[in-house]
Amino acid sequence: MDIYTETILDHYQHPHHTGALNDATVSATEHNPLCGDVIKLDLKIKNNVVEKIGFVGNGCAISQASISLLCDAVEGKKISSLKKLKPKDIYDLLGVTISPGRIKCALLGLSALQKALKLTKN
Amino acid sequence: MQQIKKDFPIFKRTINGKPLVYLDNASTTQKPIVMLKVLENFYFTSNANIHRGIYTLSEEATDKYEAVRKKAAKFIGARTEEEIIFTKNTTEAINCVRVSWGEKNIKKGDEIVVSSLEHHANLVPWQELAKSKQAALKIIPLTNDYTLDAEAYKKLLSPKTKLVCLTVESNVTGTIVPVKQMTALAHAVGAKVMIDGAQSVGHIPTDVHNLNCDFFAFSAHKMLGPTGVGVLYVKQSLMEEMAPFMYGGEMVESVKATSATYRSGPWKFEAGTPNIAGVIAFGAAIDYLSNIGFKKIMAHEQELLAYAKKMLAKYPQVKIFSPSQKHAGGIISFAISGVHPHDIATIFNNEGIAIRSGLHCAEPLMNYLGVYGTARMSFYIYNTKKDIDTAEKALKKVLKTFKL
Repeated sequence: MDIYTETILDHYQHPHHTGALNDATVSATEHNPLCGDVIKLDLKIKNNVVEKIGFVGNGCAISQASISLLCDAVEGKKISSLKKLKPKDIYDLLGVTISPGRIKCALLGLSALQKALKLTKN
Repeated sequence: MQQIKKDFPIFKRTINGKPLVYLDNASTTQKPIVMLKVLENFYFTSNANIHRGIYTLSEEATDKYEAVRKKAAKFIGARTEEEIIFTKNTTEAINCVRVSWGEKNIKKGDEIVVSSLEHHANLVPWQELAKSKQAALKIIPLTNDYTLDAEAYKKLLSPKTKLVCLTVESNVTGTIVPVKQMTALAHAVGAKVMIDGAQSVGHIPTDVHNLNCDFFAFSAHKMLGPTGVGVLYVKQSLMEEMAPFMYGGEMVESVKATSATYRSGPWKFEAGTPNIAGVIAFGAAIDYLSNIGFKKIMAHEQELLAYAKKMLAKYPQVKIFSPSQKHAGGIISFAISGVHPHDIATIFNNEGIAIRSGLHCAEPLMNYLGVYGTARMSFYIYNTKKDIDTAEKALKKVLKTFKL
C-alpha cells in the first residue's frame, strides 16, 4: 500500500504549526536515534487548554506529517482529553497503515506531546 | 559472476511481489548454500563441545574449529593461527582491545587518534576509554573528496599518541583508507594501530603482516558467513602482555578455589563455549570467496560502483557522497534534498529493493557531511547491473512521489 498519500505529502511539504513559540508555557524535545529525527514541541497552555502549539524539527514524511496533523488536532483541546491520545489516534489521522519499522516515526510527535503534558501542572 | 545468485537461496524470495534486490551488503551479506549446509551438517552430525571431551565427536569439533582459525589466519595474512581470536563480531573484537590492551596501556594525558570515517564500533569504545583514563581523543578530518586529510593526520601525531584507530573502508562513503602508510606513520611516533576491517575483508585482499597493524577486527557475516562470529587479529608480540577479556571456562589453565591461571595465545580471550557451528561454517564462506578470488570480486564491484554512480549522476536532485573512483569500494551513499532517506528506502522497498537509510552507525560522519542521514547502496558478488536498473526505476518513483 502506498503510504505517500496526498494528505501526507501535503503536510510533509507544507507542515502546519512550524516555528517555536515565544510565549510557550511548556516544551519537550523528542528524537529517534535510529534515523536522527528530532522535534521540539512548544505549547502555550492556559486554563488547561492548549491555546497554541508550534514545532521545530526535521524528519521523514511520516514523522513530519504526523506532527503537523497532530498539531492541528491538539490546538484548542483540553489537556485532560489530550492525555487520552493513543497511537491508534495518530494512525487514524495519517489514514495509512504504518509498518513496524515506521511506528517510531509516526509516534514521534505524540511522544513529545506526552512528555510536554507530563511537565504541565494540572 | 552472472550465475552466482543461484548459489544464494534467499534470491528465490519476492518482496512486495517483486524479486528481491539486495543492496544492503555493508550491513550484512546473504548466505551461500554451501555455507548453510556446513552449518546444518555440524548440528546434524558433529555437534559437541570443543577442547573438552576425550571422545570422537568432541575431537572432531575441535579439529574443525581450529582448522578455521588456521584458514582465517591465512586469509588475512597472519603469520600464525595463534594471532587469531574468535569473537562474536567486530564490535566485540574492538572492545576486547579496549579492555585487554587499552586498560593497561592508555594513561592520563595520552592521546588516541581516530578517523572521522569510523563506524560507532571503532569510535565509541575509544571515547569511553579516553574518558575513563583522562586521555584525549583526536579526530582526523575529511577532505572535500570524502577521504582522510593526510596532512592533518600527520599534525595530530605526536609522542603522546598511543593508539590510532582506522577503518579500511568507510561503511558510508566507501572510501578506502591508505591504512598501510598511516600505520607506518603511527608506528613512527610509537603508537599502536587498531584497524577495523569489517567492510573490507570480504571485498579486497587483506595482509595484516604486510600492513603491520597491531590489531585488526572483522565479522564473518559481512563476508557470506553466519552472524555471531568475528575475528580479532593481534600481533603475536602484543598478545602475551594483554589481560584476558572475559573470565570463565575454556580460557583457564588451572583453577584453585580462590585463584586461577590462564591459557596463553588466543584461547586466553575465548571464555565460555564459542559459536562453534558458526566458526566452522565461516570456514566454508572463506573457501567460497577464495574460489572466486579477489581479482574477480574487486573488478565486479568496481564495475557496479561505476554503473551506479553514472546512474545517480543523471539526476541533478541527487547528491552523491563518494570519493573519486580509485579511493572507493562498492558502497555509495546519496541524498535527495526534500526527501528523507527513510522515505527513499520505503519506496525502494515497495519495488523489492533493500537499501539502508539513516545514520549508518556513523552519526559524527553525518554531521561532517552536513546531512541528517543518507540512503546507501552497497554491492557484493551476486549483484548485477540489472539490480541497479531496478534501483533507477525506484529512484524515479521517489522523485515522482515527491514531485521533484
